[in-house]
Amino acid sequence: MNFEIPNFALALPEIFVLTMACAILLIDLFIPKHAKTLTYLLAQITLLGAAILTFQQYGHPGSVTTFNGMFVLNNLAIVLKLFIYLSAFASFLYARSYLPKTKIPYGEYFVLGLFSVLGMMVIVSAHNFIVLFLGLELFSLPIYAMVALRRDEGICVEAAIKYFVTGAIATGTLLYGLSMLYGATGSMDITRVSEVIMQSSLSDELILVFGLVFAVVGMVFKLGAVPFHMWVPDVYEGAPTPVVLFLGTTAKIAALGLLFRLLVDGLQPLSVQWQDLLIIVAVLSMALGNLAAIVQSNIKRMLAYSSIAHMGYMALGLVTATPQGYGAALFYMITYAIMTLGAFGVVAIMNNAGCEASKVSDLRGLNSRNPWLALMMLLVMFSMAGIPPIVGFMAKLSILEALIGVHLVWLAAIALFFAVIGAYYYIRVVKVMYFEEPEDATPIKYPVDMQIAISLSGVGLLVLGIVPGALFTLCQAVFGATPY
Amino acid sequence: MILLTHYLILSALLFVIGVGGIMINRRNLVVLLMCIELMLLAVNTNLVAFSHYLNDLNGEVLVFFILTVAAAESAIGLALIVALYRNRGTIEVDKLDSLKG
Amino acid sequence: MLQNYLPILIFIAIAIVISVVPLLAGLILGPRRPDVAKNSPYECGFEAFSDARMPFDVRFYLVAILFIIFDLETAFLFPWAVSLREIGSFGFYAMMVFLGILIVGFIYEWKRGALEWE
Repeated sequence: MNFEIPNFALALPEIFVLTMACAILLIDLFIPKHAKTLTYLLAQITLLGAAILTFQQYGHPGSVTTFNGMFVLNNLAIVLKLFIYLSAFASFLYARSYLPKTKIPYGEYFVLGLFSVLGMMVIVSAHNFIVLFLGLELFSLPIYAMVALRRDEGICVEAAIKYFVTGAIATGTLLYGLSMLYGATGSMDITRVSEVIMQSSLSDELILVFGLVFAVVGMVFKLGAVPFHMWVPDVYEGAPTPVVLFLGTTAKIAALGLLFRLLVDGLQPLSVQWQDLLIIVAVLSMALGNLAAIVQSNIKRMLAYSSIAHMGYMALGLVTATPQGYGAALFYMITYAIMTLGAFGVVAIMNNAGCEASKVSDLRGLNSRNPWLALMMLLVMFSMAGIPPIVGFMAKLSILEALIGVHLVWLAAIALFFAVIGAYYYIRVVKVMYFEEPEDATPIKYPVDMQIAISLSGVGLLVLGIVPGALFTLCQAVFGATPY
Repeated sequence: MILLTHYLILSALLFVIGVGGIMINRRNLVVLLMCIELMLLAVNTNLVAFSHYLNDLNGEVLVFFILTVAAAESAIGLALIVALYRNRGTIEVDKLDSLKG
Repeated sequence: MLQNYLPILIFIAIAIVISVVPLLAGLILGPRRPDVAKNSPYECGFEAFSDARMPFDVRFYLVAILFIIFDLETAFLFPWAVSLREIGSFGFYAMMVFLGILIVGFIYEWKRGALEWE
């Protein structure tokens, strides 16, 4: 048997990140303690380099596969990868001055982050169940360790254990589903699976639907949507803020990539079945997320429940099973990642300045302590609530449009109803920041890089809201959909 | 003659025991790790059976990967349990209750 | 097909009988007059010093954790070694890359002192 030499050029960003991550791991071991910033700089250079390499690949029409059909590269993968780098870059940036103030090992955070990013890149380019599984594990395992990086803090370790157990169950369930799909179709190649299902009238065979249900359950676990959401609030509360930034943004984008690869590329012929499952997931997530967020006093928990609700909206885009809907879901996820970077960025900045920021009431009078920070938080909150002209409104609108396009008006009405309920607790944060007196009126100071990052996410949300055209068209174009 | 169905039933049983163990077990986190391992072994049984009956090697290759990755996963799990024990002095599942709401 | 398994079934049955019957016989036929000295664990005539189920030193766990990872990765070496002739130099270098990554991990754990017992 002769192996054809695979086209390594298509996987160049992955190879680059792997090499750099290994190199950084070794470099970090041998440099003295006071030069640890080098690790940070190298990690950021890696992400930038990977972004350049990935960007150069953009523009291939259609999909190209290599490594015997195990690895696929198309514009969807490229766009997802670019936004994974972006959110990882921002999380690392907040971590730079935050980590030394806690007892978190400095180098390990960045190295684990890079390995996780590598896993996410593998997932969004996976074209075979084996690669999909390996990518998923490479993406999850470092995050379990990252959550527990503050080994001396009981709640960090507790959060890590909860995340680990639920994550492991998710992997097990997903694998069980995949094994059933493999048994029913006789192939692990994602395109081949889709062809086999389409050709034979397998679509109503029990074993296939059985496998589909398990696979969807596994993915919903990873996404953190109801009914498999239990870990989300605990992990968001327990984990250190830079880790939450990482797992609340990059990991969600990667989970969406997983959904696209498996449900859209592989199981599109079964869409009638998975649409129903996702409708349940979406409605329950919107309901529970928004209602539970109202009663939270801890700001990280509130944002966790809000993330559950947002995953519900995002899932609605997939429910449509049309290219427009997928584009809307991708657009929603990207804007959600930017919002999360802003919201947890504010929390990270306040922690970094030595201020308590665990309760919503700790934001009291933020306007008088640091008006710019308060303004950025206002933009983020309005965007999450979906108030025009900020981009969160556009994202919700495109989801609703896609829903109405496939005559699911009742679902759109439910989404709208819960959006109105959700607006309450976002606006409460704004009220606390602007109309209440601070207990401790010392101004909040923060380093320049954090200032740039928070300003970029806040202003970015506003600019994207006013001119969403370019990003929106991009998101639609990767699915070959024509924008309205 | 042992049919494919028999293997599938066996693996379904293993899987259910694994999931059930995770739900029911309130005492020890190490048992939880074993239950997770059991779930993955159920998947492996499934894959080997399918692989044999489909005459296709892909399934067995995936089994190899699942075995090794499961080792890495339980290594992380054990490390977390050790860290928890150093913090709390207990690894009871019921004592994991400082985060709630 | 199923007949091939008949000897195994018989074997299992005999094994169960052999292992259960003496136990039962001892339980039914043997005289039982327990007292404190008889019920305490035997430790060369001394009183028992401590509970037999004492927790292990946590360092054993560390060694165990490191062991499972490196141990199971060698599972890839066997199929590779058997089929090396067929997969040629590409297969050879692919495995070298894999081992290289393992070595990076090994250097890390060595340098971080995970292999020191004290």
